[in-house]
Amino acid sequence: MKTTAEVRITPAGAELNGKKISEANIAGLYREFAGDYPKFFKMDSLCKLGFMAAELLLKDLSAEEKENAAIILFNRNGSLITDRNYQRTIGEEDYFPSPALFVYTLANIVTGEIAIRHKIYGESSFYIMERKDAKGMGSIVESTFATSTPTFILTGWVDYECESDYLAELKIVKNEKQA
Amino acid sequence: MIRKIADNIISPLGMTTEANLRAILAGESQLRPRPGQFDLPETFCGSLIDRGMISRLFRENICEEGYTFFEQLCILSAMAVIKEAGIDPADKGVLFVLSSTKGNVDKLEEDCGSEACYIAGSAERIARHFGNPNTPIVASNACISGVCAQIAAIRQLLTGRYRTAVVIGCDVLSKFIVSGFQSFKALSPEPCKPYDKARVGLNLGEAAGTIILTAEDGLRPEADWQYAACSIHNDANHISGPSRTGEGSYRVLMDILAGVGKDELAFVNAHGTATAYNDEMESIAIHRAGLDDIPVNGLKGYYGHTLGAAGVIETILSMHAIDRGTVLPTRGYAEQGTTYRLNISDKARATERKTFIKILSGFGGSNAGIAYRKGGNA
Repeated sequence: MKTTAEVRITPAGAELNGKKISEANIAGLYREFAGDYPKFFKMDSLCKLGFMAAELLLKDLSAEEKENAAIILFNRNGSLITDRNYQRTIGEEDYFPSPALFVYTLANIVTGEIAIRHKIYGESSFYIMERKDAKGMGSIVESTFATSTPTFILTGWVDYECESDYLAELKIVKNEKQA
Repeated sequence: MIRKIADNIISPLGMTTEANLRAILAGESQLRPRPGQFDLPETFCGSLIDRGMISRLFRENICEEGYTFFEQLCILSAMAVIKEAGIDPADKGVLFVLSSTKGNVDKLEEDCGSEACYIAGSAERIARHFGNPNTPIVASNACISGVCAQIAAIRQLLTGRYRTAVVIGCDVLSKFIVSGFQSFKALSPEPCKPYDKARVGLNLGEAAGTIILTAEDGLRPEADWQYAACSIHNDANHISGPSRTGEGSYRVLMDILAGVGKDELAFVNAHGTATAYNDEMESIAIHRAGLDDIPVNGLKGYYGHTLGAAGVIETILSMHAIDRGTVLPTRGYAEQGTTYRLNISDKARATERKTFIKILSGFGGSNAGIAYRKGGNA
């Protein structure tokens, strides 16, 4: 496998291919590097984070290249932050469950949001891990080439804990033969 | 060659695959209205596992404390198959793979900081129970997780990283999950009717299923179910509504048909949740893939939608149906209710064919499929 581009987003800002490109938070990054996608504001925090990381890596790639790409993401929390928010809407006293919130109680929605934005029809997969384990992630990503031939794989860690603690480390990898 | 060497299903219809298959062939289901269940203000129709019975069984057989209902189900299901397969789960060549959409999410109700809610931690507790030294893989892809977990396992076996995989699929119901589906207005107040004209929504159900897959030729050499093909695709269309053209599901079917001949297919075991949109979308995808004349069945009328377990238990039941030369009936189906006429198997039908495709679709625009073939003519 060969990495052709990588991005890192934390509360301190964003780095693209090891170079600091912004000190903005996620909403600031959206204004700076996207700005044309109102659906962004409906997303939960995990999706916004994954969406912006994908945006920085994919925005200059062609539609042909993206159509058969794969998206394989990992984290520890799953959608736990939104799960807690949803739980607060189904108490005995205050019972007002909403489909707009419930749908984000699935960790893989972030892969769907990225697929929709970039018209990626290839694989979308989400895996949950107890710790950010580069070897474990690498083995899952590399094994994808055993049963499929994506043009590239958008992959990495995307986890949102709170406003002051989040991390997206995404990269584009290609099969050695393709790269 | 990757083979399935053992399987188990725990559901309200029985504690073994055999008991589940017998119940299906007798037309049974435990789908019924559950007034007052989980303190929900609105009644839902569901299929629930007896919690008291599971905790009693767990106490009698395992004598260990500290496992949740979800983990007890996973362990009981895996224990049964590991014994049948004759493998040593503590071997470093054995990988555990868990499919679950929400794991112990019910624990949020008691404690919003509950450690139990980390699904990977739950998977590690399950693997460690069996003395397994490896980090388990947890596939959490909404309703397609059960097929994704099998695919993740097969890829690890194909690349030679592991020799054998224990794939467990499980979800348990709670106020959290049922209220969410109710808010989507996705639920049917009575037993669901997959692909039927009068279908009004899905039912939710509980189950746990385990499949053991191996690349080891020496393990149970008589076991003759082989992995044939697999695929995962996104619709790139909507996070909670299926594609109007069945795009992702169609692409899944076309990928699989590159490795599996149409004329060897006994049936397509489809998702068939009995929502208006899902079943219509599948009819379009199956039609576009040129499979209108292949028998199609759906098993949600027996169990409801069992979420992370669905892909695992429906794969197991499809294998055992072919073992008996049967296409299982689609409980709840009476009259065509999709734009394209599918060859829905409404009653049990005889088949000589030995290959099937299992497909699933779910939130996030995700679609997955897997094909297995019985016998040595790969």
